[in-house]
Amino acid sequence: MSEPQDASGSRQDRPTQTTPAVEVHGVDKVFETRSGHVQALESIDLTVAAGEFVSLIGPSGCGKSTLMRLVADLDEPTAGDLAVFGKSARQARLDQEYGIAFQQAGLLPWRTVAGNVALPLELHGVASAARASRVAELLDMVGLADFADRHPDQLSGGMQQRVAIARALAEQPRLLLMDEPFGALDEMTREKMQTELVRISAETGAAVVFVTHSIPEAVFLSDRVVVMSPRPGRIREIVPMRLGAEAERAERTEELREERAFFDMVTAVREALHGGSPVGAGARGVETR
Amino acid sequence: MSAGAVTAATAAGRPKGMSPRTETTLRIVAPVAVGIIVLGIWQFLVSVVGVSDYLLPSPASIIEEFIASWDSIVQATLITGTNALIGLVLGSILGILLAALAARWRAVDRMSAPVVAMLAVVPIVALAPVLNSMFGADSQFGRQAIATLASFVPVFLNTLRGFRQTAPVHRDLMKAYAASSGQVLRTLTLPTARPFILTGIRIASSLAVISALVAEYFGGPRGGLGSLISTSAASSQYARAWAYVVASIALGLLFYLATLALERLLLRHAPQVRRRP
Ligand SMILES: Nc1ncnc2c1ncn2[C@@H]1O[C@H](COP(=O)(O)OP(=O)(O)OP(=O)(O)O)[C@@H](O)[C@H]1O
Ligand SMILES: [Mg+2]
Repeated sequence: MSEPQDASGSRQDRPTQTTPAVEVHGVDKVFETRSGHVQALESIDLTVAAGEFVSLIGPSGCGKSTLMRLVADLDEPTAGDLAVFGKSARQARLDQEYGIAFQQAGLLPWRTVAGNVALPLELHGVASAARASRVAELLDMVGLADFADRHPDQLSGGMQQRVAIARALAEQPRLLLMDEPFGALDEMTREKMQTELVRISAETGAAVVFVTHSIPEAVFLSDRVVVMSPRPGRIREIVPMRLGAEAERAERTEELREERAFFDMVTAVREALHGGSPVGAGARGVETR
Repeated sequence: MSAGAVTAATAAGRPKGMSPRTETTLRIVAPVAVGIIVLGIWQFLVSVVGVSDYLLPSPASIIEEFIASWDSIVQATLITGTNALIGLVLGSILGILLAALAARWRAVDRMSAPVVAMLAVVPIVALAPVLNSMFGADSQFGRQAIATLASFVPVFLNTLRGFRQTAPVHRDLMKAYAASSGQVLRTLTLPTARPFILTGIRIASSLAVISALVAEYFGGPRGGLGSLISTSAASSQYARAWAYVVASIALGLLFYLATLALERLLLRHAPQVRRRP
């Protein structure tokens, strides 16, 4: 099976000698449930280059979260190979190669906002002074500096999610796994966080695997958009984004959202999602706004 | 008994359109008012209707007796209270430790489940005569052992339940951080179980007092509240017996309120006490 790869002007064509952040080859995932097998993923092939931003998009239940969990070594594939920075997924997890933000924020309710962001630093033995300044920096970045001493149940859903994002970024990982992190945000905050995320990944050179239901979001953020289809979960198409052509991602500014190329890309992804059928049918669960 | 009354009072939901302050005032004033009314009726029955003071001592005579034998009441309360406290502390420690083992290893869980189920249904005080004669007539140990057993059961059961409440997303998070099992225990499992452990201890506190008290009815050294109640009653000094009963209720209430305060203090930010204004 040939891997659907784009072959033109986007980032991974630049001469990079580094090992890919994520390599997935022929991965299947079958869940054994009481009511029988659920084939969540089938022959998935995907390579995410170091520093590349890849979005996963597809209808609800097509296995986006499952694929992300496999990369994070929170679940094991039924068949196929998976490597993260050239290591086994397990080794990469033990080496703390990735930061992760789950679909639910997953904050510890008995810890303050600052305590939650500090958690990974604490577990990995960062000295308390360094920890405090890093936490302050992160909270500033997600705009929650004033809420450091609050507890999660005193925050709105969107604020909780921003705390979870700050937590995922805490150790400046080379790979960020983000499962619909902006789902609970209002449009304004969402666009701000998107710009921020683009800046961070460009600055730190982190590769990002980003799950979303929003086509414009995927288009704005990504180097490539992976379009998936359900039952069984497969990769239908990988759409390269040619936004800003030669430009670096850091130059993805707000104006981009207004450009003609942007809308062309949105259309391309939408068509890929609907698998050639006329837009407007099927593919429930995907926002096309 | 006393514990039930307090639970009922705190469990009652706040009626609509009442400020928190009015609510707190009501919560204290209402039971006190009920108590005063009951005492008033009681006194009325004895002194006006003429129920024999010998059968049913009036509140006034009980208070009189209470003041008269204040020193021995304090002594007795200290003895019984110490037994109950030792039992509560030991029972809680044992319960938490064993629950931790049972949560960690299925085999321990399987082995301990039937034993705990048995302990839970056997009236613990049934063991009192046996333990008292086992440890001799001048040892408080039998009573402390009974209070320990009585406390152990609710703490163990609640703690075990608490240890199983960790959310899948939190377990995933710990796994993603490659946290060691000690770190998981400290940062996730114990904080998750904390409200359950504290509830267990609160339930155990009343049981510890009751069992330490009742265990004194079945021999062993004299001087505790339970043995003084039974000797006073046996020698027909009913007013004095009632005075000791009042002290017992106060002791039970003290234990209950202390553990309730501990729970409130430690759980200000647990998910259970989440309050939306
Ligand atoms: N632990 C599990 N046990 C059994 N089936 C599971 C399990 N986890 C996921 N599945 C199944 O695998 C499929 C893919 O689930 P997954 O959560 O990956 O979907 P998703 O693409 O993330 O959906 P959404 O967009 O709604 O989050 C679904 O059919 C789901 O029912
Ligand atoms: Mg999902």
